[in-house]
Amino acid sequence: MTQEFRLKDEGLIDRSKKISFKFNGKKYFGYEGDTLASALIANGVHLVGRSFKYHRPRGFYGAGVDDPYALVQLIRNNETIPNIKATEQELFEGLEAKSVNCWPNVNFDIGGINNFLRIFLPAGFYYKTFMWPKSFWYRIYEPFIRKAAGFGVVTHEHDKERYEHKYEYCDLLVTGSGPSGLASAYSAAKNGAKVILAEDKPRFGGSLLTSEVTIGNQTGKEWADKIVTELKEMPNVVVKNRAQVFGYYDHNMLVMSERISEHMPKTEKFMPKQKLWYIRAKEVVISSGSIERPIVFGNNDTPGILLSSAAKEYMKVYGVLVGKKPLIFTNNDSAYETAIEFKKNGINPIVLDSRKELNSDLITEAKNLGIDIKFEHVVVNANGYRKVKSADIAKISEDKTNLGKIENIACDCICVSGFWTPTIHLASQSGGKTKFNKDIDAFIPSQSKQNETTVGSANGIFNLNDTLKNSFEAGYELSKKITSKENKLSVPAVVEKKNSKHDKFWCVPLPKGKKYKRFLDFQNDVAVSDIELALREGYRSIEHVKRYTTLGMATDQGKTSNLNGLQLVSNIENKVVPEVGHTTFRPPYTPVSIGAIVGREVGKHSKPTRKSPMHSWHEKNNAVFVDAGLWLRPRYYKKGNETLFDASKREAENVRKNVGVCDVTTLGKIDVKGPDAAEFLNRVYTNAWLKLPVGKARYGVMLREDGIVMDDGTTTRVSENHYHMTTTTAQAANVLSHLEYYLQIVWPELNVNVVSTTEQWAGAAIAGPKSRDLLQKLFPETDCSNEGLPFMGFIETKLFGVYARIFRISFSGELAYEVNVESDNGNFMWEKIIELGEEFKIQPYGTEALSTLRIEMGHVAGSELDGRTTPFDNSLEGLLSKKKDFIGKRSLQKEAFISPDREKIVGVVPLDKKTSIPEGSYIVRDANAKLPNPKLGHVSASCWSVEYNNPFSLAIIKDGKNMIGQKLFALSPLKNKSIPVEIVSSHYVDPKGERVRS
Amino acid sequence: MLFIKCPYCGIRSQNEFAYGGDATVKRPELNKEISDKEWDDFVYNRKSPRGKHLEFWHHISGCRQWFKVHRDTATHEIFKTLKPHEEL
Repeated sequence: MTQEFRLKDEGLIDRSKKISFKFNGKKYFGYEGDTLASALIANGVHLVGRSFKYHRPRGFYGAGVDDPYALVQLIRNNETIPNIKATEQELFEGLEAKSVNCWPNVNFDIGGINNFLRIFLPAGFYYKTFMWPKSFWYRIYEPFIRKAAGFGVVTHEHDKERYEHKYEYCDLLVTGSGPSGLASAYSAAKNGAKVILAEDKPRFGGSLLTSEVTIGNQTGKEWADKIVTELKEMPNVVVKNRAQVFGYYDHNMLVMSERISEHMPKTEKFMPKQKLWYIRAKEVVISSGSIERPIVFGNNDTPGILLSSAAKEYMKVYGVLVGKKPLIFTNNDSAYETAIEFKKNGINPIVLDSRKELNSDLITEAKNLGIDIKFEHVVVNANGYRKVKSADIAKISEDKTNLGKIENIACDCICVSGFWTPTIHLASQSGGKTKFNKDIDAFIPSQSKQNETTVGSANGIFNLNDTLKNSFEAGYELSKKITSKENKLSVPAVVEKKNSKHDKFWCVPLPKGKKYKRFLDFQNDVAVSDIELALREGYRSIEHVKRYTTLGMATDQGKTSNLNGLQLVSNIENKVVPEVGHTTFRPPYTPVSIGAIVGREVGKHSKPTRKSPMHSWHEKNNAVFVDAGLWLRPRYYKKGNETLFDASKREAENVRKNVGVCDVTTLGKIDVKGPDAAEFLNRVYTNAWLKLPVGKARYGVMLREDGIVMDDGTTTRVSENHYHMTTTTAQAANVLSHLEYYLQIVWPELNVNVVSTTEQWAGAAIAGPKSRDLLQKLFPETDCSNEGLPFMGFIETKLFGVYARIFRISFSGELAYEVNVESDNGNFMWEKIIELGEEFKIQPYGTEALSTLRIEMGHVAGSELDGRTTPFDNSLEGLLSKKKDFIGKRSLQKEAFISPDREKIVGVVPLDKKTSIPEGSYIVRDANAKLPNPKLGHVSASCWSVEYNNPFSLAIIKDGKNMIGQKLFALSPLKNKSIPVEIVSSHYVDPKGERVRS
Repeated sequence: MLFIKCPYCGIRSQNEFAYGGDATVKRPELNKEISDKEWDDFVYNRKSPRGKHLEFWHHISGCRQWFKVHRDTATHEIFKTLKPHEEL
């Protein structure tokens, strides 16, 4: 297919490189340097999608980030990507794209019926209609609306692309490479500042790419090219194109997304698709330019109607005509540049200017070129469904309320210009104040909050001479503050055309008896009538009007619609725009891929994985791992076809009968050292610590100040001023912070230091009746007898020449020891234990068996110490010292904590001795009571007791002590189970604790 | 993301720190008889001012020191950072 709208030689594209692409299944050609939008327009394609609500045909409205329509589904490198802007997507060989929000296709879309039902779909329609009955919302309304609304389709596949994050620091960040950005960046860089210059488009230069100006003795574009080339060569400057600074956050941190490889057919290996830059800038120059405003008229969303500046950009940058019979509708001079450009390319435009006849450089030039200009004329309505075919035009009275006789003229495009809106998003996001500038009918930044300066048209300055002067000055002054250098450049002379005053006109009145839809927000389908309705219904605050009508809430964030919406509200309310105020600008300025925000922290990389030194042994011996915080721990060691249940039962039985070994490296370990260490522990733990002798361990419980149990574990006195504290795996980090808080802030007078030693030691728990025999084999030189190493004893010794610590502590309730060696020797220790344990039938056991053993012994762990329970609840009152004060002690006097019907830990056994009780079940008196069934407590942990060969659970229930012996029910609404149970002591096995002392 | 000056390490990004609560609260002395109200004020009752707030932060991924930050809760402006026993 020929590109019949392509100009012969104008533009910055490379006509020697032809590129083929597909849109909605049809093959087209474009050139290198095209966007998908420019290539489609070159081929005469204007219908790209359907609108959000009414499914009206939509085309292109802009040529960059401001375009509200041209969202497409892109297929790149076998991946489908929703909501790509055709005006930003650069063309590459083999590109494939599809229209969104239409079915079966963009030319014939069933949803288009909404356009004819639109009188039934005004603002607030969904709020009003789908309220009743309430239960319909989830089942019927919401799924239906979800299906009908929305743009692109997300894939359910993993995103295979790579996204990276980068942290950068600079003196000056410049956001935009138009004349103001280039001048500030250049002037600051020449004064020694470290500068980052960011441009969201592929080409640098901004308005200089399309304007007819001279800077020094060069054209605007030549000057821009020269400055960029020079900046790129400077070592103190980073110049980035395809990089959008989208957010301004606290303490001068800005975030920029750089599109690294989306303009290529596929991403090279190890190359990111996008890179997210976190930039901490000492100073920021906001040179984000301005966006042309639409003028509102009937059916102003018809494909073929677009911004006049976009039409000019398509001609001058891409060498593409948006139409061959253009109508240009303006209230200011800048659209004349577009008219002149058409004329130069052999096309005869008609200009409709809402102003009274006047003269200026541009208007005179247009007149001299013989361009047909109709002053005091407006477009009333556009005709055509899939593409504009003609326009109804009329003369308009001076007060802009009365239309003259309506005339119809044929056209194939309407280029609209309602003057310019400064892009103040970043300035406003920084927390700075804005003010309304009556001369330009728009908001500009006023008072800065952070270190930012807005220059050029973003600051409402629309002539090049002042822009360059101010920007050179800003770059110099800001850099001087930082570098203290005074290398000031002279500002080049500028030749530009002077513009005359624009007309304060933004919306064409409706002719009598006509009800044309006049759109304000093109992406969310918000029309003038919707705003009028909202105000009639009593909405006054602009923030409420916005939410009720969804004005400016689409993904384009109202870049083209905001000000016209404000104008409308203020007109109806008889106010001026600054009284109405504007809605809050929030990041991101343009949509950002979730992938870019996530960066490399996906899948396995989302968090670090901690492995014990014995990990590879576990792997080789068929361990099935489980996540324990960041740690990977063996859950069980699978033999043959064993299930989790079979394996953990076998492992636990072997501990009760013979001997087992468990990797306990993950336990938190903290070294507590210093002359006041004993006093410190005495304050941290609830029980007494001053008299613990060297070589002894003690079990301790620590509370938070609110009396809730924080953690438990054993602490051993290694030497006079040295303790080895252990914490649970989960709480290790919190306990360390807690200890540091008290040492550094509350009791700085205590001479104690704490440091984490978790990763310095590998630990193995050896448990079971035969554990002493095994220990003696491992340590033949050491006296491992009950007298030599009694319960809670500790000795330092050697394991075949390797330094080792033995603690006689038990979590399983069996005779047990814990051996620690330095991490590097962990595997050696483990293999020795397995090797020498063979004759005692040793088996490794995982966390599942570990749990079983502790549950049936009634030892509390994380599921009981859940941040809600007191020492009383866990039957730990024996550990509360009456003689001394400790952290959280005062809270234990609180009435609710000592109430007799507080929940308390008990054991639970099903009456049938067969049915396992799901963890989290409720304990109730009557299984069939009326809902809500009064709950006595909950089941915290369940296991299959290997001692008694039946299920056993721990539960924390009201007045637990007096419930023992009662027959109650365990209810699990989630699993739909109701199990008759008996309450027993939580110490189900060896209640007197004889085994650990044997 | 805030930029916080640790009194020991210098200016670092917020993601190295953990917030640690109101720094004007003093823990009652050990072994001292106090009323329920005094204890509740220490454990639970906190002002949530809009404006200046003296608070603890912990340089958890750095030097592991606790310190004070004087910050505006509305604007996030940080006026000063201090070692735990320095006063404003």
